[in-house]
Amino acid sequence: MAEDKKKKNISKGRRDALKTLATVPVLGAMAYGVYKKEKNERSKRLAADMFRFEEKPVPPPVTDGKKIRIGIIGYGIRGKDLMHALGFSTPQQVEDLKTASKNDSKDTRYKDFMEQDDLNVEVTAVCDIFDKHAEEAIAAGSNIHREGLNGKYGPKPKRYRHYKELLAADDVDAVIIATPDHWHGTMTIDALKAGKHVYCEKPMTWTVPETYMVREAVRTSNRVFQLGHQNRQIEIYNRAREIAERGLLGPITLVETSTNRNDPNGAWVYPIDPEANPKTIDWKQFEGDPERIKEYLDYMTSAGLTKYVGPEPRDKFSLERFFRWRCWWDYSTGLSGDLLTHEYDAVNQILQLGIPDSASSSGGIYFFKDGRTVPDVLHTVYEYKDRNLSLLYSATLASEFSRSRKIMGHDATMEIGSTLSVTVDPRSEQYKDQIEKGVIKPGQPFYTYMPGQKDVDAISSATQLYFAQRGLLYSYVNGKRFNTTFLHIKEWLDCIRAGRKPSCGIEEGFQEAMTAHMGTRAYLEGRTMYWDCDKEQIVRG
Amino acid sequence: MIEKTNQYSYSKTQLFWLVALRVTIGWYFLYEGVAKVMTPGWTSYGYLMDSQGWFAPLFKALAQNQALMPIVDALNIYGLILIGLSLVLGCFEKIGYIGALLLLALYYLSHPALISAEYIFPPEGSYLWINKNIIMMVSVAVLMVFPTAKEIGLDRAIFKCSKK
Repeated sequence: MAEDKKKKNISKGRRDALKTLATVPVLGAMAYGVYKKEKNERSKRLAADMFRFEEKPVPPPVTDGKKIRIGIIGYGIRGKDLMHALGFSTPQQVEDLKTASKNDSKDTRYKDFMEQDDLNVEVTAVCDIFDKHAEEAIAAGSNIHREGLNGKYGPKPKRYRHYKELLAADDVDAVIIATPDHWHGTMTIDALKAGKHVYCEKPMTWTVPETYMVREAVRTSNRVFQLGHQNRQIEIYNRAREIAERGLLGPITLVETSTNRNDPNGAWVYPIDPEANPKTIDWKQFEGDPERIKEYLDYMTSAGLTKYVGPEPRDKFSLERFFRWRCWWDYSTGLSGDLLTHEYDAVNQILQLGIPDSASSSGGIYFFKDGRTVPDVLHTVYEYKDRNLSLLYSATLASEFSRSRKIMGHDATMEIGSTLSVTVDPRSEQYKDQIEKGVIKPGQPFYTYMPGQKDVDAISSATQLYFAQRGLLYSYVNGKRFNTTFLHIKEWLDCIRAGRKPSCGIEEGFQEAMTAHMGTRAYLEGRTMYWDCDKEQIVRG
Repeated sequence: MIEKTNQYSYSKTQLFWLVALRVTIGWYFLYEGVAKVMTPGWTSYGYLMDSQGWFAPLFKALAQNQALMPIVDALNIYGLILIGLSLVLGCFEKIGYIGALLLLALYYLSHPALISAEYIFPPEGSYLWINKNIIMMVSVAVLMVFPTAKEIGLDRAIFKCSKK
């Protein structure tokens, strides 16, 4: 009887234990599944290892305690951007940013501006040939505490009527040049001669002859020259360079870049200020340097291109030509100088291409038939025989359908925009094994990079990749977004203080200018232009 | 006549399917947590920033708070794992259900299936007001009123001991 009870108890005990632990094996099943999955992903991770890179943090500004005294020449649209990046904006601009951030919590421009590092500079001199712009530049320069209206301001920078007077001033160490293209080279040369460091907006030059002179002036001075291609500071391009240098794309035979804009502002039809008139604008100074104008006219005449000159006489005051100068060869370098140069410099930064062997261009004025002489649709093809590759630039100012920037290799293609992605080619030889094993899926982005964010590669979850490509992960990880123009100016100032070479100095500038001039001449003359490497000259086919 | 042999007076079939529902929901929670632990650098930032509906500003503010985000992520990951273990093993079942309802409610509130809502990461099905989170919440609520762990699960031993 007792034994029976005991047996019953044991059996009840077993049944109890079984019922208590019945679902535990489920955990074992999951553990096995997780182990298998992890093993599978580890093999993928090995394949992704070649895409591991180290993130370089933004270095703190070089501090030597000395304030660099800045003179600003040209306070138009770009001049305002540059001063803002330097840490100076008019009280009205700051007020506008404040209001915008109050109305839209996503608008962080005010916060970004206020948090931007102090570069330890002082704006002591301004020069603009339009009185209103000059007054605004003074207001910005004196706004040393980045205040809105009715704030406390510092001493006013001195206004100079002529840029040469500004260059003669003793209290200016360095100048920022943000004038129309036809003044860039001349002002750079004069500033270097006056012993000033120079930050000049792109393109570096308007005529071919002055390009050599600017290079000579920089080489013979011991001053720091930086050309305004702020893309040099974009982390994504540095990553792209590493990828190309590691040979991860295989032999590169084609690079495609483009400009896609579709609004009057993007086509240089800028608003005309109602306060502008012959009394408030120094038209004589706007016309340009006589030596430069002669170089320009000599080329246009000798190449039979006088139809592109003018059409209005140069000495005739014109508000349109003053504000929308980019529309006429008389002052501008057209799409080549304004937008191709950005694309070219980015590719040059990534692939160190230098000056091409040849350039062919075509295009025309197809949409903005407003009397302009420069084209609104332009395609330029550059050939690099030694590198076995073509660089294609294609632009339209009448459609903003996005065409990505592509570096196309035999093994993979890299697309570079606000994100960078690498897609492996189905016919790749380098990745043949991984494609066969199914580790790499050809035709789908295998590697994606967002600056300031941990790398996302094929092993990251689809959700992460999806968010990353849409930029949602950006601000959290990096915490702070950097204005690339700020970084580019900061680098220039750091180089002045530490005696270093900037990333877009004269050699890069010379390559940029000559490459753009080759494209422009090919368009104007309707034939291929060649680069004579020994003589360093553009020659006709 | 239905044979009712256990303390809840469920039939064997009823008990089987109730336990199956509990374990599968538990598995889902557990693996969601484990997968996040195993994804380096995982964060719910993107998900929270994609929030819509009445509570979206709250979730977005949470995502943008850099001090709170690591805590939010940890609570989510370990919450999922603990809830998963609780349901699979039948261990403190009731607490597991309450936790599950809380997390599911938060997920629904941040990504409600509204008529006008369009999410960056689109759902895999078509939903109007009712989505899978709601269905799972209802399932968890059903399990809460039809508990099983004191019959099949660690709670059988735990509560027996505590009774003694």
